[in-house]
Formats: sequence, C-alpha cells, structure tokens
Amino acid sequence: MKTAVIVFPGSNCDRDAQVALRHSFGGEPVMVWHGDADMPAVDLIVVPGGFSYGDYLRSGAMAANSPIMREIVKRANAGVPVLGICNGFQILTESGLLPGALMRNADLKFVCRDVWLRVERNDTIFANRYVSNSAIRIPIAHHDGNYFADPDTLKMLQGENRIAFRYCTEDGSLSDEANPNGSIDHIAGIYNEKLNVLGMMPHPERLMDPALGGTDGLPMFEGLVEALAA
Amino acid sequence: MKARVHVMLKNGVLDPQGKAVENALDSLGFGGVQDVRQGKVIELTLDETDAETARTNVAQMCEKLLANTVIENYAIEIES
Repeated sequence: MKTAVIVFPGSNCDRDAQVALRHSFGGEPVMVWHGDADMPAVDLIVVPGGFSYGDYLRSGAMAANSPIMREIVKRANAGVPVLGICNGFQILTESGLLPGALMRNADLKFVCRDVWLRVERNDTIFANRYVSNSAIRIPIAHHDGNYFADPDTLKMLQGENRIAFRYCTEDGSLSDEANPNGSIDHIAGIYNEKLNVLGMMPHPERLMDPALGGTDGLPMFEGLVEALAA
Repeated sequence: MKARVHVMLKNGVLDPQGKAVENALDSLGFGGVQDVRQGKVIELTLDETDAETARTNVAQMCEKLLANTVIENYAIEIES
C-alpha cells in the first residue's frame, strides 16, 4: 500500500507522520511538496501538523490554496482516505473538505500536553481498532484549536454522527475542565460525510512507541492498514 | 485604485483577543469600554480603474481567501 505526506513550508510534523506511516504500513511514504500539482496514486494521504506559511492570514488559509490541495480535494471527493492532523485539520476546514473553523484557543494560550479523547464511534477506517466511548491519551500542541461551527452545522455533525473524538476526562466524561481550547461541544476531530476524511487537532502520530511515552496513537495507523488492505 | 478590506469576527463568535484587550484597557484605568472586537485591515492596490468592477473582484478575493466566512464578515472600501 502506498501513502503520502504533504509537505508545506512550515510543516513540522511531516517527518513524525512519515515515521508513523513507515512503522505501520511498512513501505516508504511519498513526501509530496505543496507546490506540486500532482502526485502518484496512493491509498492514504496525511496532511501533517505544523505552521504552514507561518499561519499567515489564518492558520491553514494559505496552504488550503496551494496547488497540491486542489488535487487532494479531488481525491478526497473520489473516496481516497485523508487524515489531517492539527494544522492539517485547519487546512482541511479552510479548503472546505470539512465544515467549521479552528479559532484561537479560548484562553489565548498555546497548549502543549497530553489530553484524553473519547472515541465517539469505531465503525470507520480510522478508528476500527479503538473501543467506542473509551478514552485514549493523545498529545496536543496548538494555538488555534478552538473548533467552531454555526448551530446548523453543529446540529448536522451531531445528527450524522460525524464527531470522531471529544475532549474528555480520563474516565471518558465530558467537562469544561477537560476541554483544553474551548472547542464547541468538546470537539477534537470530525469526519466528512463519506467518513473517508478525518480532521483532528490531537497528534496520534506522536504516540506510536513506548519510548515516546505511550502507544495510544498506534491503533489508528494499524487500523488504517487493516481497513485499507481489505 | 486602492481597496481596503475590513475583516471582523461575526457577532456571536467569541473573540478572546478582543476580550483580552478589553481587560488590559480596564487594568490601565480606561473605564467605560463596554466591548472590544479585534479584526484586521487588508489594503490592496489594484490595476482596475472602475470602482464597481474593483468591488466585485475584491468581494471574490474575500470569499476565496481574505476572509473565512464561516467565522468572519468583511466590508470593502474602494478609494479612487
């Protein structure tokens, strides 16, 4: 299976994603430069974290208009799985692949620590190795992770069961204290309508190995390998 | 021809930066500030000489890039 990681000027988790994919998928991921208008056929595209274009204008706004994003939008609409992590999530909302927007954290602080996430559903290619309603520990590192959607959009996401992860306490309950950035309805990640696009602020690719302090990110990538092989 | 675009968070969208500025003004002793909203101003110098065409073009720029209409409103001023 072939995977790709998109590299923007200012990406800084592209190599974490590369290692995570190499680790789980076995083969070497293709690193695709943002200025390229095309890329080889792949089974999974990762839009990594970082500060593409220095967060100029708005986080993800410039990257969303880069040549490669037009191709990614096309492929995502054709069903190719796309995982956007952190800045990748911001880019996917700015490009219109996912609804809503990521705003400045409610307390205005950059937040960099592990948080607990409740797995809202596990019948997707991304979450099939997790248990629904269980809490997993994943790191976050962002300044603009405060998810916002207007009331109609939020209702749609809830009604279509498109919320992937919610910030929670260690025992899986929701509280304002467990919400690190003020996200509406505790949202940490969402799916597109066809469930082949996932955007999330937390970084599963950073917790793949016991040497790094935990392995709660590993099931996402192992689950993808299994789902995409099927 | 110059165009000036004002981009502001929509009403009802929390503006934590504006809130922080409001609190800072208060702690500096500037009383009576009821609310602060922070936005941005973008100035464009255009080849276009027709004001209406310029306005239409800049509106498209706002929709496509300069503003995120999920959370932001924009207003366009044209200066000839």
